[in-house]
Amino acid sequence: MRALDPEAGLADRISEICADHAHLEGPLLPILHAVQDELGSLSEAVIAPIAEALNISRAEVHGVISFYHDFRTEPAGRHILKICRAEACQAMGATALAETAKARLGVDWHGTTGNGAVTLEPVYCLGLCACGPAAMVDDRVVGRVDAGRLEDLLVEAGA
Amino acid sequence: MKDFIIPWTDDRDLGTPAKAGPPVTLTIDGFEVTVPEGTSVMRASALAGIEVPKLCATDNVEAFGSCRLCVVEIEGRRGTPASCTTPVSPGMVVHTHSDKVRKIRKGVMELYISDHPLDCLTCAANGDCELQDMAGAVGLRDVRYEGTENHFAVRQNGEANPRYVPKDESNPYFTYDPAKCIVCSRCVRACEEVQGTFALTIEGSGFDSRVSFGARSDDALASDCVSCGACVQACPTATLQEKSVIELGTPERSVITTCAYCGVGCSFKAEMRGDTVVRMTPYKHGKANRGHSCVKGRFAWGYASHRDRILNPMIRDSIDQPWREVSWDEAIGFAAGRLQDIQAKYGKRAIGGITSSRCTNEETFLVQKMIRAVFGNNNTDTCARVCHSPTGYGLKTTFGTSAGTQDFDSVEQTDVVIVIGANPTDGHPVFASRLKKRLRAGAKLIVIDPRRIDLVKSPHIKAAHHLPLRPGTNVAVMSAIAHVVVTEGLFDEAFIRDRCDWDEFQDYATFISDPRHSPEATEMLTGVPADEVRGAARLFATGGNGAIHYGLGVTEHSQGSTTVMSIANLAMMTGNIGRPGVGVNPLRGQNNVQGSCDMGSFPHELPGYRHVSDDATRAIFDDLWGVTLDSEPGLRIPNMLDGAVDGTFKGIYVQGEDILQSDPDTHHVAAGLAAMDCVIVHDLFLNETANYAHVFLPGSTFLEKDGTFTNAERRINRVRKVMQPRNGYADWEVTMLLANAMGAGWTYTHPSQVMDEIAATTPSFANVSYELLEERGSVQWPCNEAHPDGSPIMHVDGFVRGKGQFIVTEYIPTDERTGPRFPLLLTTGRILSQYNVGAQTRRTANVVWHEEDVLEIHPQDAENRGIKQGDWVKLASRTGETSLRAEITDRVSPGVVYTTFHHPDTQANVITTDYSDWATNCPEYKVTAVQIGLSNGPTRWQEEYSDQAARSRRIIPAAE
Repeated sequence: MRALDPEAGLADRISEICADHAHLEGPLLPILHAVQDELGSLSEAVIAPIAEALNISRAEVHGVISFYHDFRTEPAGRHILKICRAEACQAMGATALAETAKARLGVDWHGTTGNGAVTLEPVYCLGLCACGPAAMVDDRVVGRVDAGRLEDLLVEAGA
Repeated sequence: MKDFIIPWTDDRDLGTPAKAGPPVTLTIDGFEVTVPEGTSVMRASALAGIEVPKLCATDNVEAFGSCRLCVVEIEGRRGTPASCTTPVSPGMVVHTHSDKVRKIRKGVMELYISDHPLDCLTCAANGDCELQDMAGAVGLRDVRYEGTENHFAVRQNGEANPRYVPKDESNPYFTYDPAKCIVCSRCVRACEEVQGTFALTIEGSGFDSRVSFGARSDDALASDCVSCGACVQACPTATLQEKSVIELGTPERSVITTCAYCGVGCSFKAEMRGDTVVRMTPYKHGKANRGHSCVKGRFAWGYASHRDRILNPMIRDSIDQPWREVSWDEAIGFAAGRLQDIQAKYGKRAIGGITSSRCTNEETFLVQKMIRAVFGNNNTDTCARVCHSPTGYGLKTTFGTSAGTQDFDSVEQTDVVIVIGANPTDGHPVFASRLKKRLRAGAKLIVIDPRRIDLVKSPHIKAAHHLPLRPGTNVAVMSAIAHVVVTEGLFDEAFIRDRCDWDEFQDYATFISDPRHSPEATEMLTGVPADEVRGAARLFATGGNGAIHYGLGVTEHSQGSTTVMSIANLAMMTGNIGRPGVGVNPLRGQNNVQGSCDMGSFPHELPGYRHVSDDATRAIFDDLWGVTLDSEPGLRIPNMLDGAVDGTFKGIYVQGEDILQSDPDTHHVAAGLAAMDCVIVHDLFLNETANYAHVFLPGSTFLEKDGTFTNAERRINRVRKVMQPRNGYADWEVTMLLANAMGAGWTYTHPSQVMDEIAATTPSFANVSYELLEERGSVQWPCNEAHPDGSPIMHVDGFVRGKGQFIVTEYIPTDERTGPRFPLLLTTGRILSQYNVGAQTRRTANVVWHEEDVLEIHPQDAENRGIKQGDWVKLASRTGETSLRAEITDRVSPGVVYTTFHHPDTQANVITTDYSDWATNCPEYKVTAVQIGLSNGPTRWQEEYSDQAARSRRIIPAAE
């Protein structure tokens, strides 16, 4: 019967990912990262196969996914721009920078531009307090972001 | 009745669970307190009578330390530790109400209240809210915070509040209102620690945290929630609230009583307002359930006031007539007259009766007393015939008495559990929760069942071995396990030499060592891989305390008694008898099936399992009752029905049992009932048997009478009357009316007098009295001179019969075989939300979980026949046929199909055969050779049956 299930392929793939991490102690977070890396987000459809593989409940998986802001339930744009909103960066003008970014992209926090290029996310401290305001594009952290550098980053990202 | 009201303070919440350990003495607010090591400061304070304010702590789950309301000061320690997570230590000096902690508590409370609606007056928890209590306790007078964001306002600043989540009312029994939630996690922890379902979680983080049933798109009903009520019980506010309380208001008093559903026998508080039950909550000091409950006992009691309930006696001359409502006098007179006429015409053995496993011990005792002393024969039987009669035979033969050996607390000390032929998460949910808790703590599980029941694998539980045997091969599998234990030398020689007969064991060992019993030899027959059987046998024999729990999947076979004895053999040879954590534990189906057997319901046994041919025993009753009892065993249910068809058995009194629906081969039962001149049904509802009845005597519910139930651990629990019988009489009074109309002259005025009579005549009950039960709460028989405190564990120093007896258990397959016409094996069972034939649960909101019986079919068998999910399929056996919808699932093995018997429209017992256990006639419900095929809908039998039932249920009300 499983072959008739449109989500069977997804479930099988997730089971494989779970099996790859089965040797770890506390494998849930690594599995969630791996699944999100592969699928772009953690939709509700991924919960059941992960719960099944780890023999935990669907509620528990949901609780973990929803606890961490880095786990997404909707796909993000091609690039994610995170702007730090912690105290040190705020003192260096991060709030104004964020407003500029919002206006430039035409989105609010967590929004994705119409062309799907950039998703804007707040973040609370990137550990770059000496170089605020700080931002992060995908995996790359950037310090001393002013309006000009922001524009460069956004152009580079295709926004 | 007010004598029975237990004061509320008796079960106050001590904050954290009890611990066992050496005593530790400390000082709290100047008072010296001694508590077991590991106890929290909070619990120690509560035991000393000092209440530390708390919100996230409750004593049925482990401490969590999140609310920070319970902070205290401890001399020599920095800061203000949470008293719930701080264990006591010797010489500790604690201050629970210093200025510093009072200030902190007020501040904490202020924050809580800043995100809580202040609608106390219209809140369902008004007067029953811990948040309200704590606000009072900490002296909160002002909330300085003006929350710019909150979770409770529907609209804010003229716009919809994005943080507001409306009430979830999907569960039929309780609501979840996120607006009132303080995110203390008590519900989540109760679901995990107490119930073991893990259906709840905290979603999000920080200010966005809230309780979630299942995943984001689930509501309470769609989640894994089994509606046990543990979360509602744990909730300190109105966030999780019973709908009955929302409707009726908070209760004003409570009465401790015993649930009338399964054999676990949970203690409940019936919380009342006037004579209306507001809610049933599990009683914390109930020794069977330890404060837990399931959906049936907790919520499904609405049948007591269902409109289908019959409240007036009714009679009719013949079963094709409509019922006529009459007075009690006329109904009893009519019934007594008919029975006496039958006896005059056909002899005194032409009538009999069936006692109920749903009724109290006292009621059952009176029914068998009426049959033996007033009818003058031994034609008494009970529904245990069709469930646990092989347990009676098997355990009596091997151990010397017909009862489980342990109490439920024993599971907490078990290391390896075998569950065979039972589905505890559905049939005995509260026991299942206790078992799962032990499994999560590391005990190992072996499941022997044709179906992949939930215990095989569910969150945080996984059986070490699942042996998915072919239905009907229990004996072969148990023999294979015993073969491994014996041939690999894993038996407990010291125990066997000490407690059993070594020579007898030698004979048994020779028998079981024969290679034909090896797992390899029986693999083809049982379908269980030999290495799994070997692994399971080694685990059980060497894994520490081994307990065996079994259910009707063991007994309801033509070799039911043999399997029970093979279970007893295994327990004895591995030395697993006579101490906590081990034993042989039949999971009894009905609330009082143990009691109905104890009370002498069987045709060959007087109360206390003494044979009717025993002159000394009869003499006890002859003297007390002033009669001469018949020394010949009477008729069993199937014999009564056979006799009816033959014209020799003409009248029957059936108390609280629906034999037409629950007994095998429905056509035969119907023919037998139709052939009788007087069928008296005494029940709450016009059940299926009543379609063939001439007299209907309305019954009373467990809420409407006093008495006792005896659960699967032999625990005698009080049932207490919380309201007057709506039908006018408690069931024991109805039986007395009938007996007296036939000349008995009984004068009981309270069931306690019946218990006194039981104690006076039955050695294992000798010390039992209502006074003792009031004092102890409950007691496990035997309770007599030798065991004045009752017997939590049996066979401690020796078996009841002396030496434990090993019985050679030859496997003789059933005559019910699959073949070309009937290639599949049907087996039957239950589901959580419905109970037995469903007479009660079908009349509650539990139907949202199970509105019809379905047939589980393996995908392979379904595909071969072109059957898809939800199709109507015809299920046919050599006996009959019925139709129901298909459920395609790999829970069942190929070649096996499975259904439940909760709904009369399906009538699964039309299919089952009249094969039965060789020793006790217990029907072979669990194995029927069947064929299935696509169908258009109900069969002609089902349609005819429902027509006949409708005709037979017509009622002409009494003329005013």
